[in-house]
Amino acid sequence: MYVAVKGGETAIANAHRLLAHERRGDPELPALTAGQIDAQLTLAVDRVMAEGSLYDRELAAVAIRQARGDMIEAIFLVRAYRTTLLRFGATLPVDTARMAVQRRISATHKDLPGGQLLGPTFDYTHRLLDPGAGDAAEAPAEADADGSVVGRAIDALGGEGLIEPDSAAAADAPGDLTREPLSFPADRPLRLQALARGDEGFLLVLAYSTQRGYARTHPFAGEIRMGDVEIEIDMPELGFAVSIGAIRLTECQMVNQFRGAGDVPAQFTRGYGLAFGHSERKAMAMALVDRALRADEFGEDRVAPAQDEEFVLSHADNVQATGFVEHLKLPHYVDFQAELELVRRLRREHAARASAATSEAAE
Amino acid sequence: MSEAGFDGGTAAIRYNFAYLDEQTKRSIRRAILKAVAIPGYQVPFASREMPMPFGWGTGGVQVTASVLGPDDVLKVIDQGADDTTNAVAIRGFFARTAGIATTTRTAEATIIQTRHRIPEEPLRAGQILVYQVPIPEPLRFLEPRETETRRLHALNEYGLLYVKLYEDIAKHGHVATTYAYPVLVAGRYIMDPSPIPKFDNPKMDMSPALQLFGAGRERRIYAVPPYTPVRSLDFEDHPFRVQEFTEPCGLCGSRGVYLDEVVLDDRGGRLFMCSDTDHCEAVRAGKGAAAEASW
Amino acid sequence: MTGEPLLAATGVTRLYGDHIGCIDIDLAVWPGEVVAIVGESGSGKTTLLKCLAARLPPSSGTITYRSRDGAAEDIYRLSEAARRALMRTDWGFVWQDAAEGLRMTVSAGANVGERLMATGARHYGRIRSAAVDWLERVEIDARRIDDDPRSFSGGMRQRLQIARNLVTGPRLVFMDEPTGGLDVSVQARLLDLLGTLVRELGLAAILVTHDLAVARLLSDRIVVMKEGRIVETGLTDRVLDDPSHPYSQLLVSSVLQA
Repeated sequence: MYVAVKGGETAIANAHRLLAHERRGDPELPALTAGQIDAQLTLAVDRVMAEGSLYDRELAAVAIRQARGDMIEAIFLVRAYRTTLLRFGATLPVDTARMAVQRRISATHKDLPGGQLLGPTFDYTHRLLDPGAGDAAEAPAEADADGSVVGRAIDALGGEGLIEPDSAAAADAPGDLTREPLSFPADRPLRLQALARGDEGFLLVLAYSTQRGYARTHPFAGEIRMGDVEIEIDMPELGFAVSIGAIRLTECQMVNQFRGAGDVPAQFTRGYGLAFGHSERKAMAMALVDRALRADEFGEDRVAPAQDEEFVLSHADNVQATGFVEHLKLPHYVDFQAELELVRRLRREHAARASAATSEAAE
Repeated sequence: MSEAGFDGGTAAIRYNFAYLDEQTKRSIRRAILKAVAIPGYQVPFASREMPMPFGWGTGGVQVTASVLGPDDVLKVIDQGADDTTNAVAIRGFFARTAGIATTTRTAEATIIQTRHRIPEEPLRAGQILVYQVPIPEPLRFLEPRETETRRLHALNEYGLLYVKLYEDIAKHGHVATTYAYPVLVAGRYIMDPSPIPKFDNPKMDMSPALQLFGAGRERRIYAVPPYTPVRSLDFEDHPFRVQEFTEPCGLCGSRGVYLDEVVLDDRGGRLFMCSDTDHCEAVRAGKGAAAEASW
Repeated sequence: MTGEPLLAATGVTRLYGDHIGCIDIDLAVWPGEVVAIVGESGSGKTTLLKCLAARLPPSSGTITYRSRDGAAEDIYRLSEAARRALMRTDWGFVWQDAAEGLRMTVSAGANVGERLMATGARHYGRIRSAAVDWLERVEIDARRIDDDPRSFSGGMRQRLQIARNLVTGPRLVFMDEPTGGLDVSVQARLLDLLGTLVRELGLAAILVTHDLAVARLLSDRIVVMKEGRIVETGLTDRVLDDPSHPYSQLLVSSVLQA
């Protein structure tokens, strides 16, 4: 007699034991510490913080280790932890003009006040595998990472009215898409929030598509800057704001051509990207997609995926996406049974019609 | 924070009763109340990121967490069975975070969270059936835009769904939708009953139990209050019909229940057995008891 | 004309930023009357049609429609529900590109039946027989009822579009270059069909065309547009045989020469 499979509980426990075992790997090798991950896989930590929407290097490092290096799984762990955190206040908006820059480049100007500062970048490295990378390195030259404060490059264009002004800070606090359901059309602050949490790969590909003509925006990298900014919070008891620390950010200001329409003369417009840590690819992609999503503001036809707010925002989140794609692993046999029965029936009916047609033809 | 200090910190993390904080649960209960007040209407809610993946029942889990009290008895099924892996995982989650009693018996449960089935045993007043919903929008595959589907619901424009039924009948002679078969709730909103087989649709109609639907990833909650008419869409001359199985359950002999087909060997051997494992066991136990009594 | 107009536009202007769509249009259509709006491309005739058909809100001006109960209402002040109900029962819209007006991936029968289902028809057999009836009236072989329009020729698609619109017995049909892009022989057959249906059903219609031959065959009255304005209006035969505005004269003579 057939006995229904039992013991889901035991199977799950066994799978988890096996996972822990695999995670540790060869016991002859020393175990990775979160500190090592934080210090040496810095950009992985940055990405997990950015898409996990939680600025905490140690938690991100722990998540990466627990996830065996699976970035989306690590982001998921950080997000799930973040949900449980209490909110006790909001910081003042950060002022990136007061950033202590580690890197700062502008593609629109040969030189500019404060200068171009390459900083720690893969750019211009030859991508030759180097088994020695990671060994002790020389100390950097002092001037290469000076952390000085320099103003934003494209603010210079603002004076002439050549570029649209930065939108004024909204009177109301911006919405929080982790606390309120997102509805469409969304406003720009909410859109930027969604993009900041969005999957780097998804945004990268969308941004790329705009460059290839699917909603071309004529972008110039006005400025990319990476460095540390102070986080300030209003203390009602004190009557003024105090600094509670600094976080590392990457900001990208894209400058996009706009020919003017109706009453508005030609001027440059902006696409904006901002991400935790050193996440340059993410910030640039975000800026391109932000600009593409502003199509309606500039009377541009919405014809390409990158301009379609509902499409972009509904599919940018990799934790949602991976959950739904991977849920196909769950049992679906009840529905499959229903489909099985239907396909059998349709085939029976088809065969009956075919044989009726043959006997009709024979008559 | 030093690494050791941090590791110590995570060990000390304590979660609230049923994981979610009280304020979040209150906001979800408000969405549920609205959903109950407008049967079949999809209420947006601030779905949280849960410690399980979206698409794996986060909507159902949040609804259950929000209505769960310390005295509740919880049953969790997936595909009708209590022992499928996802059901085990969710039941374990609540046993751990809420310390509530769990059961596999439909009759004993006060809350039943389900994926893809409605229990065979009729539900009673006071019970809550919580459905896990992947895609709450019955119009989604006819119209992908949320902005447009919301308008169609608001204006009661459901012609498109009937076009789909018409096409099925024209092409196949009957409706070819077998699960997630759309229903009209209380004569107003068309609702996706979640991917239950249409076999289960009639159980929703005038059910004494409260039926709640949670879609976590899509951030929607909807409800069918007790004793609410729920009609499966059809044409007057092509009335709605459920699946029929020619054989009884191979284990307990039940008829008129939903069956799973189990492949026994590679020579075409098949066994049909109850998808509702609790029902199957109860029938077999009853027969055993009857057999013993007659001894 | 006697009685009250079915549709009346007063001072309708539509601008696109600095660009002019149409300017200060006064136009009325009476029950059972076919009005052709003619002019070269860019003259604003399609903009005007969209404004009249509740598909493009004018920048200023009003458009009223007299419903079956006799009340004239501003179509842009109706609730969205009422406006959409009007568009799928009392009105029809025939697009130049049939793909805009049809569901290309569902069968011809469902295309015709959709409006019935949208207005509460719940009997498959009756929906289907209405579809058969309408396919025959537009001269489509009823055996094609379960085929989808992708397999139809251009002329058949246009006829299917017409059937889809007329199945709810509308009183007013908007047509945007309904014969555009069709072969001459196909055009002639479609025009003949349209003319017959319009007369049999007593339909009012507003027809946009750049083709004066189409206007002559179908319309009772002609409106000539140039640069967003109406430059001449009158009975079709009168305007075509004896145009008074210089632009109309040019339009008519260029056609005659061609």
